[in-house]
Amino acid sequence: MNDLEKHPCLWYDKFKDNGEMFHNCLPKGLGLVFELFGNVLNLEWKMVVMWVIGAVLIYLAIKREMEPTLLLPIGFGSILVNLPFSGAITQMYDSGVEEGILDVLFGTGIANELFPLLLFIGIGAMIDFGPLLANPKLMFFGAAAQFGIFFAFSLAAFVGFDIKDAASIAIIGAADGPTSIFVANYLKSNYIGPIIVCAYSYMALVPIIQPPFIKMCTTRKERLIRMSYKAKEVSRLTRILFPIVITIITGLVSPRSISLIGFLMFGNLLRECLVLDSLSNSAQKVLANLITLILGITIASRMRADEFLAKETLIILCLGLVAFIFDTIGGVLFAKFINLFLKQKINPMIGAAGISAFPMSARVVHKLGLEEDNQNFLLMHSTGVNVSGQIASVIAGGLILNLVG
Amino acid sequence: MLTVFICNFKSLTDTLPIMGKGMFGIFLVTGVIISSVYLLEKFTCEKKEE
Repeated sequence: MNDLEKHPCLWYDKFKDNGEMFHNCLPKGLGLVFELFGNVLNLEWKMVVMWVIGAVLIYLAIKREMEPTLLLPIGFGSILVNLPFSGAITQMYDSGVEEGILDVLFGTGIANELFPLLLFIGIGAMIDFGPLLANPKLMFFGAAAQFGIFFAFSLAAFVGFDIKDAASIAIIGAADGPTSIFVANYLKSNYIGPIIVCAYSYMALVPIIQPPFIKMCTTRKERLIRMSYKAKEVSRLTRILFPIVITIITGLVSPRSISLIGFLMFGNLLRECLVLDSLSNSAQKVLANLITLILGITIASRMRADEFLAKETLIILCLGLVAFIFDTIGGVLFAKFINLFLKQKINPMIGAAGISAFPMSARVVHKLGLEEDNQNFLLMHSTGVNVSGQIASVIAGGLILNLVG
Repeated sequence: MLTVFICNFKSLTDTLPIMGKGMFGIFLVTGVIISSVYLLEKFTCEKKEE
């Protein structure tokens, strides 16, 4: 195989270098067209596949409204970076290296974990921990529903991934984009692109992934269990002290992840202190929107065809799915186990809401409850478990860093 | 790089203790947090006016 066959992108350059050949080969006028559109010859089939993937993500975002804030920029970005010699990413030219804006953004905002952490301020400001504070025991369900992370970790190591890559892949099960980005980046995973895309895509697919496994692990009788809800007032001081206490406890246990939980809790403190409404609103809306906007398209810089279209990506997609499934199963089975000791039984479906995909998971459980009995309202309980899953997933991320990092 | 689908039992056995420690750790931290929340509520609950 000669050089031209190996590297089709050289065709145009060869034609151009050899002026006589160039003009002899093409009819008059076509030379100009060829010069203008010669880059088309540099197109590879893998790039076209990435366009299709980008188009599917855009379709899911617009038509199905699945995590549109992230899937749309990621989808568009995957087309943007997979154009031949795309200037949006760093390229090597004869004249030297030209840095692409998406690589600059990646280095500035993701490689140093800045964007995920800033996003966490916004998420913290959005979350009301009231249902959790009213019934703190619910936090155990959040802990149980992190089982999928550790299961996927062992499985990833078993199929041959390096231990740090295995941990980064497993954290997809945290069902929490910023945590996945933080951990994968901290552990310098080789698969950061597929991991992030997988984490966000599966979060969007929670309403499809969870119900069959919840039903598989529960009997109809269990799904019909009603849970009474008594609204309990939580004092303002408790609401203010809660984020501070959580930060101190998790910081002492897992100092490496302190920035993750710290920024989340800082956002929540802004919300609960009630004297910084303007900052709280900015964090919830402006900051979160702005970071999400840039985050999505920046992540796409890691969706280059040559890196993304590999067998490893397919395996990562499978392992991520396994992590989500075992999170769900872990939460439900834990709730069933707890029921063995309780007089007033709980509906084991709420255990599945311990996955941190907030608030989709809580809604899924509530909807399943209503499907079985249209008077079975599980929303407040499942929301409490769901916000506890948010905290538990960050703790799990910190523990993974402690144990593997 | 990945050496795919070579079922690596050694890696599996190496990671099982990490799995155990991780799950134990997460329940332990959660237990401490729950205890703290109960203590917070106890010390900060606003007494209702008679």
